[in-house]
Amino acid sequence: MTQQIFRDSDADRAFRPSWFLGRAAIYAVLLVWAFICLFPIYWTLTTSFKAAPDVMQGNLVPWVDFEPKMLGLRSLGLSPETIFAESTVRAEFLKRFWNSVIVALCSSALALVLGSMAAYGLSRFNYRFSFMKNADISFFFLSQLILPPVVLALPFLVLYKELALLDTRIGLILLYTLTVMPIVIWIMRDQFSSIPTELEEAALVDGLSIWGAFVTIILPIALPGMVAAFILSLVLTWNEYFFAALLTSTNANTLPVMVASQTGSQGISWWSMAALSSAAILPLILVAILLEKYIIKGMAAGAVK
Amino acid sequence: MVSTEADYLHIVTADNISAARIRFGKTIMWASAALLCVVGLVQYLDSQGIVSLGFETWRPTLYAFLIWASCLCWGQVLLYGERGKLALFVLPAALFAVAMVVFPLIFALGIAFSNWNLSSPTGRQFNGLDNIRQMWGDPFYWNALKNMVWYTLAIVVEYAIAFGLALALNAQIRARKFFRVAFLLPLMLSPVAVSWMIGKSMLEIRFGPVAHLVRELGFDQISFFGSPEMARFMIMAMDAWTFIPFMMIMILAGLQAIPKELHEAAEVDGASGWRRFWEITFPLMLPVSITAILIRIIFKLKLADIIINITAGGPGGATDSVTSFIFREYRDRSNVGYGTLLAIVYLVLIVIAMTILMKLADRWMRPRY
Repeated sequence: MTQQIFRDSDADRAFRPSWFLGRAAIYAVLLVWAFICLFPIYWTLTTSFKAAPDVMQGNLVPWVDFEPKMLGLRSLGLSPETIFAESTVRAEFLKRFWNSVIVALCSSALALVLGSMAAYGLSRFNYRFSFMKNADISFFFLSQLILPPVVLALPFLVLYKELALLDTRIGLILLYTLTVMPIVIWIMRDQFSSIPTELEEAALVDGLSIWGAFVTIILPIALPGMVAAFILSLVLTWNEYFFAALLTSTNANTLPVMVASQTGSQGISWWSMAALSSAAILPLILVAILLEKYIIKGMAAGAVK
Repeated sequence: MVSTEADYLHIVTADNISAARIRFGKTIMWASAALLCVVGLVQYLDSQGIVSLGFETWRPTLYAFLIWASCLCWGQVLLYGERGKLALFVLPAALFAVAMVVFPLIFALGIAFSNWNLSSPTGRQFNGLDNIRQMWGDPFYWNALKNMVWYTLAIVVEYAIAFGLALALNAQIRARKFFRVAFLLPLMLSPVAVSWMIGKSMLEIRFGPVAHLVRELGFDQISFFGSPEMARFMIMAMDAWTFIPFMMIMILAGLQAIPKELHEAAEVDGASGWRRFWEITFPLMLPVSITAILIRIIFKLKLADIIINITAGGPGGATDSVTSFIFREYRDRSNVGYGTLLAIVYLVLIVIAMTILMKLADRWMRPRY
């Protein structure tokens, strides 16, 4: 037991400068890119606490370069001293924020329901609507991904005007559902086809109907994929600007429209813009940090077969 | 609706469908279809002023459509029993998509050949091919199309960067989760917020941090959106910033699916890292890369938010994308007809280009080894 029998050869144990150099290069690349990704977010968050002179001098580090002030939050009526007072700005902001939340959640949920059902059907049964078979129906759904929003925008403007759906949340929800449904179908089809049909066969033998088997057995198994699809839809619908800018004016404005309209009017008061932008990006940053694994899973769904 | 041959999941059921049930199913389907037609026709006559019933909106037709859609779904179950229930998986999504895509597209074709200014009292006037003639002579539209080609070509650079980052993330590193989350974040951000955060504040010439940095580096005369080339480059860079994570994650997923044995075998055979990359990793990544690039192109063709909010197409239309151009065309002149025609021409071009690309991709993806 005194002599070690297996050991690394001397060549392996020696100091290898090229290996360390490679390591250092990889970390350097990763750190630089992480900085590029994070700095704008950091800049926005800190700017909402800067007074005008701090912005002018380009101060960066709070408590070192400048003393943080609640300017950004106050401009939205959300700072400690204004939060209990009446504030029209805050009412306005909360209304937009709430619109965004409702529209994003409802349209993602609706797209998830419709899309999962369609994806399940297409992965399990043969359909024929007149000349269209399964492959054609799938293509019909997925091809909507190519459709640029601008093609639908103006016809919808006119249609919604006729239907009195202009400037309503329902109108936006329907349109957003349409834009994210192909993505949901893409992810969920992948998900369902990886689940063996023996599961349903066993359930059917035990006396469940096919819808019963779908709801009680298949959906729980496909839950991770559904979460991924839901989050991706949420990202796209929360950030959507183009349709919201065209189809809403006063009632159903979403947060991105509010951010965009602020940049145009009044001389830019940086802290309030920064606070608004922070409010627009923070929810999804939280989602990204907490549910990163699902997002990556969802995006990888189409990539690797 | 559902054919019985060779399902992936075969279901045998003994349905006892009575004649009365079939009759009832057929009745509600046809009755609701008739209702839809009648309501639509009455509303059309009303809007033309032939009969006057005082409809404010087209909502009744919408409700009639909803009733018809529900009856169609119900009718499937009544007529075909269990097999009809299977149709219910796809039918709602299909009806929704048809109502929201196919119908508006047909409607759009109608608008595209008319002069329709929403703010003018005269309403819609059919003007034949005038819009096409106007488009032919519109230098700004062709300019926007040319810009789209440039923007699309920028994807090659984005792809190279994304591939490099994916390789770095795939190496044996510490704190991988931190880097993955950090790299993912730009994709989560709203383009409008990004256009303020970066475009309007960080690139601000007097006191934005990037301007500071550039001045420190010794360049004096800087203006990020002054010259056409520079402005276009900045837009490309910002769009790349938000979308590189997307490509990176797809490529990373592909890299992780490559079996390690291949690399080990090549290493035993004495291949250098550089050759291992070009002869093993890259060829194996080709299908994933092509998928990622195609999806990226699709998203790139929708590019508009950043442009609308930062440059509004300027200077001199140098940064215009087709979408942002049509957006301004509508905002400035509120001419729905012309804008729709431009959009439809764009759609036709996209469909042609994507079909060719997909055919080529299909050929490239065939394994040659």
